[in-house]
Amino acid sequence: MVAVIVISPEGAETRIAAAEGVSLMQAAVGAGLAGIVGECGGNAICCTCHVYVNDAWLARLPPMDENEDELLEGTASDRTPASRLSCQIKLTADLDGLTVTLPPRQY
Amino acid sequence: MNTVGKLFPDLGGPATPPPGVPTLDADPFCEAFFADPYPVHAQLRDAGPFVWLSKYGVGAVARYAEVRQVLTDWETFSSARGVGLADFVKHGRFRLPSIILEADPPQHTRSRAVLNKALSPAVMKGLRDRFAAEADRIIDELVEKGSFDACADLAQAFPLRVFPDAIGMKREGRGNLLPYGDMVFNSFGPPNSFFQESAPRAKEAFPWVETQALRENLEPDGFGQICYQAADRGEISHEEAGMLVRAMLTAGVDTTVNGLGAAVYAFARFPSEWRKLRENRALARPAFEEAVRFESPVQTFFRTTTRPVELGGCRLGEGEKVLMFLGAANRDPRKWENPDVFDIGRATVGHVGFGAGIHMCVGQLLARLEGEVVLDAMARKISAIEITGTPVRRPNNTLRGLSSLPVTVKAA
Repeated sequence: MVAVIVISPEGAETRIAAAEGVSLMQAAVGAGLAGIVGECGGNAICCTCHVYVNDAWLARLPPMDENEDELLEGTASDRTPASRLSCQIKLTADLDGLTVTLPPRQY
Repeated sequence: MNTVGKLFPDLGGPATPPPGVPTLDADPFCEAFFADPYPVHAQLRDAGPFVWLSKYGVGAVARYAEVRQVLTDWETFSSARGVGLADFVKHGRFRLPSIILEADPPQHTRSRAVLNKALSPAVMKGLRDRFAAEADRIIDELVEKGSFDACADLAQAFPLRVFPDAIGMKREGRGNLLPYGDMVFNSFGPPNSFFQESAPRAKEAFPWVETQALRENLEPDGFGQICYQAADRGEISHEEAGMLVRAMLTAGVDTTVNGLGAAVYAFARFPSEWRKLRENRALARPAFEEAVRFESPVQTFFRTTTRPVELGGCRLGEGEKVLMFLGAANRDPRKWENPDVFDIGRATVGHVGFGAGIHMCVGQLLARLEGEVVLDAMARKISAIEITGTPVRRPNNTLRGLSSLPVTVKAA
């Protein structure tokens, strides 16, 4: 299992445990976390699974592709250098402890 | 359009199924099927993971797993040869070209990137207040009336007010959008009477839509201009920008009309769900999603194989059409618990009402925004919905919806 820490816009921390190989979006939706919506089901289309990745983890993620980069231009909450789509983050053992902060809104 | 029969001499012709494929003589493009598709859906699903429709000489998938497989593998199951029954390679291309719906990468990727911008969460955020105010206005008017047609007065009226405004269209002539969409969505099926009859009704709409999509006819602050701005930056050509605005006008009206209609019709038949929504309005958006799963406003699309492939245990050759029953997949008991129940608390994630994969509906956020604000306004202002006349189905080769739904509502 991979542990992920998700911090709400108000600063509340939620710890979720997810199976290796699933995306962060799937793990969060599966855990009933309200701040990640993932309405398109992980097709990298709807942009409603936006997260800000904690600085310490940002460089450890595989780089984003062009499509994700373009989609992030249209997020409902401001894009920052820490912005990623959580449906594109596949949870692996070396991401154990990954920490992300939720944006104020997804749509 | 009367030449369609000549353009498709071999439609419904003697193509033979791969050996061992279950063959059915069901017609999924006839009035009896539209009236009640569910027994046939079950028959198709139960016959096998890949079946053959002898009436049209075409293979089909109706189970969730195979529908999803076809949707998410664009390299094998191409859209570029048309997403209707007609194969552009074998039968020629009679529809206006769509550089998004009926294109594969790299063309599709370019088009998609532009429409993703035009229909992004950021753009939707800017539209939300306006859409919500308009939903409040329309529901106030309808509550005042008490009895009305939930199709014409609500499901059609709302998108026709907000959507062309958001794109930046002029007020005149918007009524053209409905016959236009009706004809386009009929054209994905066989050239049957529904298609033949919808074509003349849309005759005037075609040049009108073409003119409306021109840059000079779009307001500067509408999202139609986002396509032309992409053309200014060299991401697409100016001609392509016009095509993408047209694509939005084609795909964005009829679909949301039937989505809203599906939601109202479902709530009228499941009053306990209406009470649930009234108690928790945060369910408005998931409820709209469940209505899209439950009714699947877009019922079917085709793909064409680009190589020999195994699908549902059968060997298909290159250049074969495959019909996907999205509506049957969304009610497949292999995937969904109590699929025939409208349950707004259901986890709908993974439903294929908006498709899946690279061609998944690019306007899904706009559809959800419309659905959410209308259901939210209704939940605040209406305590009960009662069907007071016989609902009339509108036959269409692709879309599932009603042409009339007489209701009486009780003010909250």
